[in-house]
Amino acid sequence: MSPVCNDPVALGLWHPLAAVEDIQPFTEQRTRLLGQAIRYSKNHENDITVLDGDRRLPVTLAYGYVWTCLGTPAAALFDLPEYAEPDRRNVCAATVGVRVSAPRAVENFLDMGHFPFVHTGILGVEPHTEVREYRVDLDEQRDEILATECIFYQPQAAAGASGGIMADYIYRVPHPYCSVLYKSCPTDESRLDVIALFLQPVDEENVRAHALVSVIDTQSSDLDIRLFQQTIFGQDKPILENQLPKRLPLDPRAETPIRADKAAIVYRRWLRAKGLQYGVIPAAA
Amino acid sequence: MIDLEAARYLWHPIAASSDLVPRHVFHAQILGREMALWRADDDNVNAWENRCLHRGVRLSIGINDGTELLCQYHGWRYANRTAGCTYIPAHPADAPARTICNNTYPAVEHYGLIWSGDSPEGPLPLLSTVDTSFVTPLRAVTINAASQQILLPLIQGYTLQLSDTGDGSLRYGADTPDAFTIILRATDTSSDRAIPAPDIAFFLQPVDAARTTIRGILCGMDEHNTDPQALNDLLRFHNRLLCNIRDRLEKAMADEPAPTPWIPIIPTVSENQASMPAINEDGRSASLRVRVASIESLSPSVKSFRFEPLSDLPEAQLPASQPGAHIDVHLPNGLVRQYSLINGPGQTDHYAIAVKLSLPSTGGSQALHEHLREGDLLATSAPRNNFTLRRDAEHTHLVAGGIGLTPLLAMARALHHMGRPYTLHHFVSQESELFFQDELQTLSGSYHAHIGLNPSQTAVRLADILASPAEHQHLYLCGPAPMLQCARTTAADLNWQDHTVHFEYFANPEERDDSSSFDVDLARSGLTLNVPAGQSLLAVLREHGVTLPSSCEQGACGTCRVAVLQGTPDHQDVYLSDAEKARGDCLMSCVSRARSNKLTLDL
Repeated sequence: MSPVCNDPVALGLWHPLAAVEDIQPFTEQRTRLLGQAIRYSKNHENDITVLDGDRRLPVTLAYGYVWTCLGTPAAALFDLPEYAEPDRRNVCAATVGVRVSAPRAVENFLDMGHFPFVHTGILGVEPHTEVREYRVDLDEQRDEILATECIFYQPQAAAGASGGIMADYIYRVPHPYCSVLYKSCPTDESRLDVIALFLQPVDEENVRAHALVSVIDTQSSDLDIRLFQQTIFGQDKPILENQLPKRLPLDPRAETPIRADKAAIVYRRWLRAKGLQYGVIPAAA
Repeated sequence: MIDLEAARYLWHPIAASSDLVPRHVFHAQILGREMALWRADDDNVNAWENRCLHRGVRLSIGINDGTELLCQYHGWRYANRTAGCTYIPAHPADAPARTICNNTYPAVEHYGLIWSGDSPEGPLPLLSTVDTSFVTPLRAVTINAASQQILLPLIQGYTLQLSDTGDGSLRYGADTPDAFTIILRATDTSSDRAIPAPDIAFFLQPVDAARTTIRGILCGMDEHNTDPQALNDLLRFHNRLLCNIRDRLEKAMADEPAPTPWIPIIPTVSENQASMPAINEDGRSASLRVRVASIESLSPSVKSFRFEPLSDLPEAQLPASQPGAHIDVHLPNGLVRQYSLINGPGQTDHYAIAVKLSLPSTGGSQALHEHLREGDLLATSAPRNNFTLRRDAEHTHLVAGGIGLTPLLAMARALHHMGRPYTLHHFVSQESELFFQDELQTLSGSYHAHIGLNPSQTAVRLADILASPAEHQHLYLCGPAPMLQCARTTAADLNWQDHTVHFEYFANPEERDDSSSFDVDLARSGLTLNVPAGQSLLAVLREHGVTLPSSCEQGACGTCRVAVLQGTPDHQDVYLSDAEKARGDCLMSCVSRARSNKLTLDL
């Protein structure tokens, strides 16, 4: 058994557990959160209950998923206004167990440099490997990281597209264990597709990665969308599971960043400033 | 308990030689530390920290391309031998700072095994009492037990339990020269045995606190003169015996608590690796000492020189270079000259240059051609790369004039190795000036020699070669100044974009004018200095203790580049492209001066 979390920052966060649509009524499900075994279930009125032993935990239903908090929620869950737009397809696309810490998984999500090597032929392809300069800002008011002007060569931006394009990306990190990606929408130039990664920290070195896909797309079936997302996760999983150490080192001298890792550098500093302990190796004082 | 601290200074077996098959990366572990082991095509065995220092991904899942190890995550390339990073695909235009280098461990191959360790000192275990003229490694068996718990059961297994395995007639005498080595000598040496009974040496590899691998070798048995069936039976016999010992021991130990794990210390990266790499080399440094290993004539006027480190010690190892890099060679006559390295990928045990004898010589080529002998010692700088090869082009055009082939040869070798398409054109005045032709014809890119063209014919041919610039194509030029000038003008006329045309001059052909006097503000040091007529900015900076790396000191190589924050530079160099000069945001401190009264520099 992994030790129970005593990090007040992680205990005060909302964490995702499962897609609401995946919860069968009257069947109690078990999972783990921050090293703690918990249970969740749905009654005949579709109310969802989450229990830690006999203790009822707070519940939020948002963005297709059930969220809970083991301590006292420090703030409401972050905003994702696109989810409510009436013409969007919102698909809970994947829940995948990965033997890695949540912050390592967030960094991977923010990273464009691995596209040609890990998502070969889909999100990138050699020789088009350059990560151009992009902007990273910390929005102090909303307490989130924003990476903008991200551009990367994508071999096939959409089904039926021929030749590569330079795809535009925007990344948000509104939560230590969640990130949201906005990407040019192939069917409507004025809109952005959204892919969100919500990580459930099962313990310090294991996550369940939940994906929400929110797109303007009348063509693809839910199955197509899920298969695509699961292919991407399937390609990332073996890489993430071979990262050493599994927890994210916050000491700047633990690893060698390059300019392409600007978003990750800001993310690590942000986690340090928050005093987050869970899933990281804190830097020596 | 084993003495972990003492064990760190010993050599341990970590793999069988046969585990390191071509183009494979083997995952090894010793004293809790993981290592990525790989054999390069030149047979050098590399034992590296099993962790890419960029994002910590295991290198044992990387790709061994025969000369370099590639990380699976971002395609970073690390050179055979030095583990220096040679290419970062996310930033194709930048040469990785030389200091980006993975942790390496010593590795030697002996007794059919690969030996390494944390910081091994002293000799390998000596097997003086047995015949090691032939060795046959047994299959390695890993046991969930610490090495000191295995020693006795292993000896007992061989001396007492043989009857269980059906060969009760065989007995061994045991000898343990150290805590990790067991020598078993067969007491029955009768030659009429159906299965031979050679002596055996066992080495215990302390994998981590809870696991040990037994690596045995049969000693003195010539496999080629042994009946294959008997050999097969013999190997199976020992494997069965070892598995039997493992099963008994693990069963007996089933209830023992797990020992405290050994956590290896992974060295942190240096301060300058932790942030974005910056140039921090001072002056024209001749930090390396090399021996002239061989001199070869490539053509009547071109000789190649191979420089090797003075010893095999790790500290004498030469830093890895990248295609396009050059070194400063400090010649016995006191001159310093720059030569491009022609090394191909993974050729990390030497530096190779090719030099044309130019007469009248200003002293450099003549000193190399006429006075240098094999065995001489020289001082050189570490490689610098101001002529970086981007490897993200869909097609690369390499155009060389004469000896200007040298950096492009290194580029062609790298592109060939990565399977990237390229075309190489070599312009020479006569056929005898061609060199490396045999190799160039075997490389994958197309190779064209252009012989004996006069300047106007050359211009026509260049216009032909450069006729159709396309997106994602890059052009690299190196040769004599008139040809380079012509090629650059032609490329510009044919609408090659400025950032796709890369060039390197041998020397600055322009007359430099140092008659002006101007002031410089150094923004970071807070100094204001005057550069008088007749003195270079670089010299004035050095007089005032501001150290800058430099190399050619005539505005051709780009080493002493400085960022300009304010003011208009008077460039006078041939390193920057016209667009870069027009931007005015940097200068070459060795030759550039000021058009404005004052310059503010980022120093």
